[in-house]
Amino acid sequence: MAIDTPGTGVFSQGRAKLSARTLRTDKWWLTPFVTFLVLFSFIVYATFRAFENGKYFAQPLISPFYSPCLSTDCVKDSPSFVGTIFGTYHIFGMTVSPSLFILIFPLAFRLTCYYYRKAYYRSFWMSPPACAVAEPHAKYTGETRAPLILQNGHRYAFYAGLVLNVFLSIDAIGAFRNEKGQWGHMSIGTLVLLANATFLWLYSLSCHTCRHTIGGRLRNFSKHPVRYKLWTWVSILNHKHQNFAWISLFGVALADLYVRQVSGHSIRNLYFF
Amino acid sequence: MARTLKLRIWRGNDEDGALQDVTVEGNNGEVVLDIIHRVQATQLGDLAVRWNCKAGKCGSCSMEINGKPRLACMTQISAYGDDEVITITPLRAFPVIKDLVTDVSFNYKKALEVRAYEHPVDLKPGEARMQQVDVERSQEFRKCIECFLCQDTCHVIRDHEENKKSFAGPRFFIRIAELDMHPLDTLRNRKQSAQTEHGLGMCNITKCCTEVCPEHIRITDNAIIPMKERVVDVKYDPLRWLGSVIRKRDGIL
Ligand code: SF4
Ligand code: SF4
Ligand code: FES
Ligand code: FES
Repeated sequence: MAIDTPGTGVFSQGRAKLSARTLRTDKWWLTPFVTFLVLFSFIVYATFRAFENGKYFAQPLISPFYSPCLSTDCVKDSPSFVGTIFGTYHIFGMTVSPSLFILIFPLAFRLTCYYYRKAYYRSFWMSPPACAVAEPHAKYTGETRAPLILQNGHRYAFYAGLVLNVFLSIDAIGAFRNEKGQWGHMSIGTLVLLANATFLWLYSLSCHTCRHTIGGRLRNFSKHPVRYKLWTWVSILNHKHQNFAWISLFGVALADLYVRQVSGHSIRNLYFF
Repeated sequence: MARTLKLRIWRGNDEDGALQDVTVEGNNGEVVLDIIHRVQATQLGDLAVRWNCKAGKCGSCSMEINGKPRLACMTQISAYGDDEVITITPLRAFPVIKDLVTDVSFNYKKALEVRAYEHPVDLKPGEARMQQVDVERSQEFRKCIECFLCQDTCHVIRDHEENKKSFAGPRFFIRIAELDMHPLDTLRNRKQSAQTEHGLGMCNITKCCTEVCPEHIRITDNAIIPMKERVVDVKYDPLRWLGSVIRKRDGIL
């Protein structure tokens, strides 16, 4: 492996002569390992669900993986309004899951997120696996070239994410209906979709790009008191961005799982009233 | 509480060196620098170590203790168990001079490459007025004690010697951010030069600099990421670029 090549990195000429790539004695590998497992499991689950192309709607609940509803399956009842303009898609005779058209946006959002970048650069790419642990790559150019230079487009993914949040919020409001579509009811599913939308808003509003846009880019806060105030609030959320990133990831997966189980009649969506 | 400490101290120079086993007495309440001084006084009279304040404020005693970049004067020995061997080495990103002392002149060179503050020409000395809210962000970065632990742990140069020529490092990204957020600095191309001259794009925001900073400066969140976003404003965001052309604003440049 490159790291053991004499003359590179911590083994460079002139530096303290030591053969270990790290002298850390703590369990530095634990965090990247767990991060890898959790992210990998999420990717497997999300991919399976994206291609399943079913069990995503159970009046009045729609899965976040399939909202806004772009297929004819749910349009007649779904609160998300883009429905009918699209029908069912076929490419080379195969039905394409409408989820794929939706998931590219949150995928781009999370892939370019400053927090997830840290998480996967460390756990998937081991660049570096942990601090003061030599990475196993001979060359490193960071985010200066294609494809990683595209990370600079995070703000566009952020805007797309905001639009999706609006749809998911509408879905959560639509969940205040019963199976017959009458308003004024509330079920476990309502809570699930509400929690999901809330976590996603917290994740988006705590985003570094959001912090920058709302006021971070200003040079003189004193000339923009309102934006300064907003910036201080977003900064408080931003401090917890990592937590929101994880909570909202679990939130979206669990919300989808819930709708899937209800839709597949494995569980009943219990109504409070 | 007296205890016997088992140490491994790296000794050598820029050509050769190795870890040396040392056993020495210590008391909980002491810091690693105390122990090194005891070793120096009683066993290894020629052990080289750099220090000054013993108060975590001069940034001289940077070294690696059990593989972690730390200030020796701020590392309590009570943090290590009785059976634990404490391994002490010089910083591993810089060339060694002798024993625990490294040559950190790389950082001084990089400091010179950052263009200094430029005062508005129409403001005479004593006339400048600034609001607290406008200088707050920059003040966080002024806490830096130049221990260079962040520079040492940054994998961009720690693991890739060849990147040293094109990468300024986290300590200087906070300097650039400090000036770019300064309400009076008139030099306007700091964003572009951060990317083109100082290698901001090499940083992959993996936050090791933040993890080791003894002053708890939130280097990545408060300096590097905001600078990356500012760079996007002027270099990678076509809409923003168009907006600034149409409205002829120089606010973002
Ligand atoms: S966040 Fe960037 S500057 Fe800081 S240690 Fe990591 S790569 Fe280096
Ligand atoms: S930013 Fe922190 S770690 Fe880096 S040199 Fe300054 S005080 Fe040391
Ligand atoms: S969503 Fe994480 S930084 Fe923008
Ligand atoms: S001796 Fe000054 S910081 Fe440790």
